[in-house]
Amino acid sequence: MGCGVTKSDQFHKHTGKAIRAAVLIQRWYRQYVARTEMRRRYTWHIFQSIEYSGEQAQIKLYNFLGYLMDNFTPASTERNLISHIFRENEVCLDAEWERYFCYKNIEVPEIYSGPHLTFPLTVDQAVGLVEAFRNKKQLHSRYVLQLLLETWKRFRLLPNINRIATCQSKEVCICGDLHGQLEDLLLIFYKNGMPSSENPYLFNGDFVDRGKDSIEILIILFAFLLVYPGDVFLNRGNHEDHIVNLRYGFTKEVLTKYKMYGKRILKLLQKIFSWLPLATVIDQKVVVLHGGISDSTDLNLLARVDRHNYVSALRPPKRKTTSNSIRSVDSDLEEDFWASNRLIQRRSSLTYPKTFGSRDSFHNRSLQDFSDRIKVDPADELEMCRRKTTPFSPGVNRSKKESTPPGSTDSVSSDPTKDEWRQILDLLWSDPMTTDGCVPNEVRGGGCYWGPDVTEEFLNRHNLQLLIRSHECKQEGYEFCHNRKVLTLFSASNYYDVGSNRGAYVKLGPDLVPYVVQYQASSMTRELTVRQSVGRTERSALKVLREQLFSHKSDLVCAFKQYDTENTGLVSVNDWASAVESVMFLGLPWRMLRSQLVTCKLNDGMIDYNEWFNELAIKGPNTDHIDQSLLETLYRHRATLETIFRIVDTDNSGFITIEDFRQTWKLLSVYLKMEITDEAISDLAVTIDSNHDGSIDIDEFMEAFRLTDKKSRLERGRSMFMGTATDLTKLEGDPNI
Amino acid sequence: MVENKLSAEAVHKTIKAAFESFECKDNNTVDVRDISTIIYSLGCFPTQADIHNFIAEVEEDQTGFVHIDKFLPTMTTVLLENKYPPIPEDRVLQAFEVLDREKKGYLESEELTKYLTQEGEVFSPSEMDEMLLAFADPEKNHIYYQDFIHQLTIDPDK
Repeated sequence: MGCGVTKSDQFHKHTGKAIRAAVLIQRWYRQYVARTEMRRRYTWHIFQSIEYSGEQAQIKLYNFLGYLMDNFTPASTERNLISHIFRENEVCLDAEWERYFCYKNIEVPEIYSGPHLTFPLTVDQAVGLVEAFRNKKQLHSRYVLQLLLETWKRFRLLPNINRIATCQSKEVCICGDLHGQLEDLLLIFYKNGMPSSENPYLFNGDFVDRGKDSIEILIILFAFLLVYPGDVFLNRGNHEDHIVNLRYGFTKEVLTKYKMYGKRILKLLQKIFSWLPLATVIDQKVVVLHGGISDSTDLNLLARVDRHNYVSALRPPKRKTTSNSIRSVDSDLEEDFWASNRLIQRRSSLTYPKTFGSRDSFHNRSLQDFSDRIKVDPADELEMCRRKTTPFSPGVNRSKKESTPPGSTDSVSSDPTKDEWRQILDLLWSDPMTTDGCVPNEVRGGGCYWGPDVTEEFLNRHNLQLLIRSHECKQEGYEFCHNRKVLTLFSASNYYDVGSNRGAYVKLGPDLVPYVVQYQASSMTRELTVRQSVGRTERSALKVLREQLFSHKSDLVCAFKQYDTENTGLVSVNDWASAVESVMFLGLPWRMLRSQLVTCKLNDGMIDYNEWFNELAIKGPNTDHIDQSLLETLYRHRATLETIFRIVDTDNSGFITIEDFRQTWKLLSVYLKMEITDEAISDLAVTIDSNHDGSIDIDEFMEAFRLTDKKSRLERGRSMFMGTATDLTKLEGDPNI
Repeated sequence: MVENKLSAEAVHKTIKAAFESFECKDNNTVDVRDISTIIYSLGCFPTQADIHNFIAEVEEDQTGFVHIDKFLPTMTTVLLENKYPPIPEDRVLQAFEVLDREKKGYLESEELTKYLTQEGEVFSPSEMDEMLLAFADPEKNHIYYQDFIHQLTIDPDK
């Protein structure tokens, strides 16, 4: 037993003392671990809050733009700026498609050192792609287009709901969100082997956005799907959506990597995404889908829909109508509509009441915020009034069986396509909650929160035993809930930051008992100790949080003043915390975070909030003459601003004209309900267009205002999310960064 | 760390904030296995026995959950009465020195493992592994305990 008689003698002699010492050390150490765990939790909470509120902002922006589309005449400038993102694919016939996406005339130059593809694809080529990407090669656009075309042809043959059978000893490997993190996919292949007929795979959506290798991941997944069509399965995620991609980095990634044909690739992908299956059922007992369910989710209905009509889950489906119809049509914006110069109105959007109503009203809620602010041509206004027949009645029953209530020809829920749309939205965007019931998911802005009772009922109704989903980042890469009837699976490790979380995949064999495998991609850094990784992540989270706080300065000052009635410039810690939460709505433990966020000394237990803002202030070159509140707005809405830039930049050059820039600002100011004078915008534009050539480099603009970190240009997806500005308290000397 | 002489209200807020970090989405309960972490994170240093007694008082009849309504008063008392006072640095140092018979200034990973996993309120193997992974010198397999103590007592909450 012991290694030496002497040692164990000594041990026994001082046993009592030693035991007491051991107890002390144990107790003390455990306390430390617990504190660290607490820090990890709230760090997580910070990232997650900000992530979800970003998603919500994107949906709001999108709804807003949609509203503009519906309510401006075709000729208006604002419409022109953004109309192209709403244009459905103009080409519909297969022959036209092939012509539009023709890759045949794209030549592959001699010096190209990446992989060459010949079709039909072979296993070797698929494996070759993995190797090539591991070695940082890029696939030539000719091959990309060819691959996408073949993929699209295959997807069209697939049903809405995949059906897998695990026969005999075949275990299927199920992976969750990858979000462009190629390293994690490579790690999964390393641990579990590449896909093959003996090694089937199911990928549960969100392959793209945020990470920097989204297109490579898609290429690999599609390639293996083509080679092993019966053994590789993909489900659609909420990020397989071109609207979401505009904000979260995939669009930018493709346009950056494929300067010539990026737009074409994106267009083709738009189509492919809409053809992705919505869910998978394994052995008729286990259902796998990306987001979740609602109390009305019906797999039989979902099996029947025309899924490809839902190019973006954020848009209600397109429907045509005759010009005399009282029921207004949805915002499908094909060319011929505009040619006939008609005004199209999104149904019911102007007449929604402001109260937080049922789920029906929820998705359109943000639209009615802008109705009083949009400048509309008086002639059009008249037209709109004529079209409004009856006011929409709130609180409409969610059930799809409901018949049209009397007096309301605009009833939303009696429309089967709208119902289908909502089912798809729920499938892709929902999250589980611990309490029973089903409520709108207002944090994300789409889908719902569903409870254990809904799970129970859903599984019983469909004769299933387990629901596997993804969509939410989990520290351990997976998490069971709802009495282990729901399993969340997330495969992008280090998602929020290095060391933030593990990734996981699940092996499911004929016994249908999920076997979880965890991992963490570590080439980003050497292996960090628990303490180091928490510290690092925490610092990032706090940096992001400080930026958020700074960008809400005006509102915060207002809130503080409410507590500081005597105008002393001081508030108590408790009041500080309450005020901050009332502005930020992030639900964070502000008192606990206070010491990290407010580093200036407490004045007798009170916080000097003006001093605090000085501490947080963002400084950039040549910005002194720019109005501070304008700067603050810029900062707060930088992701939205960048998204709008990308939309306005129709030829994807990375440059927009001064005039477009002004229009962008006008759009933003209407969206934010802020008055921004033309003069202020002109000043801004002139500052940015430093070489006076009449055009603005979007990237430079974002960097000039410290809206992004220069070195994260290539990691745009992540930086947009993280908002990694350089140290806020330092003023950098060089104005020509 | 919680300052002494706080008003009950401020104490309540602190406790609630800690509780909420572990809450399962809005239903005001936490998993009983997180209770010790919450207590520790509030600056207390209970023994395992203390924790067991605490849980016995607050757990909802073997559901595995603890509701805020029971947790709050019990925890408030703990804080206001300073029931599980912190262990000052020098006492921890002394503890290590007791174990370090030869006054080397460090303990070998093996020795420390033996003490901590066999004596007192024993560490689980994973707790032990984590400590060693994070703090032991990987080449020599020593823990220089003075450094160790110093690292762990840089309190980020201050």
